[in-house]
Amino acid sequence: MTPLGYLEAAGERAQAVLPLTWLTLAISIAVCIIIGILLWLGVRRAASNGGAAETRAIPIDRGSSGVRWIGIGIAISAVPLLVTLVWTMVALADVSGPPAHPGLTLDITAHQWWWEVRYDAAEPDHTFATANEIHIPVGERVLVRLHGGDVIHSFWVPKLTGKTDTIPGQTNLSWMQASRAGRYSGQCTEYCGLQHAHMAFEVIAEPPAQFEQWRAHQLAPAPRPATPEQTRGMSLVEYRCGACHQVRGTQAGALAAPDLTHLMSRRTIASGTLPTGPGTLAEWIEAPQALKPGNLMPNQNLPQQQLTDVLAYLETLK
Amino acid sequence: MREMRGVDFRTPTIGADSVEHRARLLDLWETAPGLKGLLGTTDHKVIGIRYIVTAFVFLACGGIEALIMRLQLAGPNHTLLTPQQYDQLFSTHGMTMIFLYASPILSGFSNYLWPLLLGSRDMAFPRLNAFSYWIYLASGIFLYVGFLSGNGPNDGWFNYVPYASRDYNPGLNEDFYSLGMVFLGISVTAGAANFIVTAFRTRAPGMSIDRIPILVWGTLTASAANLVVIPAVSLAFFLLWMDRQFGTHFYDSANNGQPLLWQHLFWIFGHPWVYAIVLPAMGMVSDGLPVFCRRPLVGYSLVALSTVATMILGFGVWVHHMFATGLPGLGLSFFSAASIVIVVPSAVAVFAWLATLWLGRPVITTAFLFFASMILLFVIGGVSGFMTASVPVDWQLTDTYFVVAHLHYVLIGINVFPVVGATYFWFPKMTGKFLDEKLGRWNFWTMFLGFNLAFLPMHITGLLGMPRRVYTYADGMGWDTLNMIISVGSFVFAVGVLLLFINVFKSLRSGAAAPANPWDAPTLEWSVPSPPPPYNFSVIPTVVSRHPLWDGRLSESGIVSAVDRGMLLDQGKETIATSPMDASPEMIMEMPEDTPAPFVLTVGISILFVGLLLKVWPLAIAGAVVSALSILVWLWPRRELREREAAHG
Repeated sequence: MTPLGYLEAAGERAQAVLPLTWLTLAISIAVCIIIGILLWLGVRRAASNGGAAETRAIPIDRGSSGVRWIGIGIAISAVPLLVTLVWTMVALADVSGPPAHPGLTLDITAHQWWWEVRYDAAEPDHTFATANEIHIPVGERVLVRLHGGDVIHSFWVPKLTGKTDTIPGQTNLSWMQASRAGRYSGQCTEYCGLQHAHMAFEVIAEPPAQFEQWRAHQLAPAPRPATPEQTRGMSLVEYRCGACHQVRGTQAGALAAPDLTHLMSRRTIASGTLPTGPGTLAEWIEAPQALKPGNLMPNQNLPQQQLTDVLAYLETLK
Repeated sequence: MREMRGVDFRTPTIGADSVEHRARLLDLWETAPGLKGLLGTTDHKVIGIRYIVTAFVFLACGGIEALIMRLQLAGPNHTLLTPQQYDQLFSTHGMTMIFLYASPILSGFSNYLWPLLLGSRDMAFPRLNAFSYWIYLASGIFLYVGFLSGNGPNDGWFNYVPYASRDYNPGLNEDFYSLGMVFLGISVTAGAANFIVTAFRTRAPGMSIDRIPILVWGTLTASAANLVVIPAVSLAFFLLWMDRQFGTHFYDSANNGQPLLWQHLFWIFGHPWVYAIVLPAMGMVSDGLPVFCRRPLVGYSLVALSTVATMILGFGVWVHHMFATGLPGLGLSFFSAASIVIVVPSAVAVFAWLATLWLGRPVITTAFLFFASMILLFVIGGVSGFMTASVPVDWQLTDTYFVVAHLHYVLIGINVFPVVGATYFWFPKMTGKFLDEKLGRWNFWTMFLGFNLAFLPMHITGLLGMPRRVYTYADGMGWDTLNMIISVGSFVFAVGVLLLFINVFKSLRSGAAAPANPWDAPTLEWSVPSPPPPYNFSVIPTVVSRHPLWDGRLSESGIVSAVDRGMLLDQGKETIATSPMDASPEMIMEMPEDTPAPFVLTVGISILFVGLLLKVWPLAIAGAVVSALSILVWLWPRRELREREAAHG
């Protein structure tokens, strides 16, 4: 299992490049083997094996000029170079342009150290935001507008698309398409500070019907608390977490950190750092600085009762 | 006045070498003992060895940093290092290896060797030479004071903004790095100017431009490039420091600055710099390998031209570091094509070396093994570079361990291996002692196997998607076993480097004595005793071919280069200046006396930079004043050099 390996592809854009990757890899390995053999056989012809005295014992000889061997070598090398050059230009034209009529448009902003994902729609009330988990319909070409939030990051889903940087002050375009359903790992690949290592995300490609279902669910606000415990939890979340996070349908409305409206529907928390679950959530809330040192969430040090209440509420955010 | 005219129009006396003549030269050229000589010497050989020793010390520092990182990365989720520590380690490792080892080590060898290769008595500007070393040392110390006080660079050697800006990086780390790089740039610039003038003006009579060793071509080309690109990087770092300390907005997108401006300025410098730190090393192989193949290099002119061609093309490939930054496809395709085409001149060198090997009669020595193995490592580093030249492929490869593997094959394969080979080759010349051959074989095989064990698997972790610059990684990604192998390999490699150091210390104490020309090599440095006297050549040689010491055996016309009869030049510290292309003698060059001025100037500049770092302006001004005064003393016109005339009475 190699979630970030790029020698297999699951979508058009990655697929269009893969044969070129294999070609250049094959050329490279062949060149190393050929030169290695030539070198090895050349060295094996050694007249002697020793130090300075042995070296001096072999007389100097002008020998033949040998320049034609350089010519022959270059002529042979030119062929794979030319093929690669032409193929590169063709592949580049194939994959570089963003699709003219994308089935879905995403606005993705990279932050230290998480991914903000906004789903664009014609009607303003159909847009929503989530974090670190991107759902897309299988088969559709998805346009990805990449915005720089703070420092430079890079958006990469190896099985679907190569890297595009997110740079403050400019909007870069990327696109992807998944030919089959599945979970595809993504990762920030431009060094962005202390927690560059923990800046993963996932792209989940699902059949269009299922995707629409997911989308409708994400549009819904958070459910109302059903128990006194959850109610206390919600006010705590509004009061404390709401300084940075948003839970739609509540007073927590800040946009500085991941949207928590459907927190429990996502597979991981803290950008792939931990699997989502009551236990890991409790650990995270209490000591995010121990689990992901340097990230922007402070340790909460909640009294036990408050933590239980907060968890009781958060677990309803499915 | 009368006397000066006499000197002006003097024609150098031609004569034969003699004991009295040598005694007179020694008297003129010998560095004074004690502190005076220590701080004041302008002998290029002393300066060269200082460069080499300092660079090897930094190599050891960078190596230790790498080993600590490899402990952290040996398995998933290790917690030996905090993210802060890891980030400073990988940034300092890159800075050390690229700026404080790879370039200075080559400057060291070139400094030591150039006048000896060219048949001259010193570099064109001996004091500038001393100055460029002192500045290198001072800026290296400056940067390491930062690192050791917990203020090392923490944004990689490439130092992208905005992460390097004050908003995200409030400590002194980036101030140390920015100012340190401007500081070091002074050394590289001074050194480059010196090499260029030395190459064009101080060659022995008859050593026309098509007869200079390839090492000289390499360093000359690299120096020309440095003069062009160092201003870009010094400017980039200076603007960063201004942004950080004075609130300018060069890189600040919120105020219409441009983060990508940094990347352009940095890589316009960065990529030519990569060639600058490999071309001289390739020159070492081009000059050293033929000696052990017992014949001249195949395709000298092609190799010399390809050296220059590589550099010219090297100016047009910087954007291949920026393929993922969202630049337009048309622009990318140009840089992609240039990056593929640059393979051609590199391939010329590879085929020339292979042809030399096949058409000669190789002798296997430790130096030969390092030079020959470099060919393979060069090819491996070259083909992986060729893969990253293809834009769509690079969009997958870039910023993964594949690139880490690539750049280490380039920097270790094409820099460290030739440098170690060069150490085995020229150590007898520098010290009069051989390095131990038997220990040398252990040295070679440990380094070669350790290196490949450490860096070959990195290609695979890269293809399996492992990103660069992560302080840890999760398990289940398919990288665990490979990373363990890499870490083991890196320690084996480190043992290999340690064996080199052991061999050096052992051989300095008890190595076999080396004659003037132990390898029966063809170039002029081998015509003088080992180690060479302070004045290098007792008489200035006259050269008629590329391989003056092989002329007797290879010359078809019967005309041979003269090394024991020539210009005596013993009326003062003198050498001969020749014309740039044909090297016909033009004038006698008076060489300056030793002086502590470059050292004092360096102290002044160091105070200035510490003042700027701490923003203690009186200190900065004091440093500037000391610097100005020492420049004044340094450049004060002297009558004996005819820089001024006696006052007309």
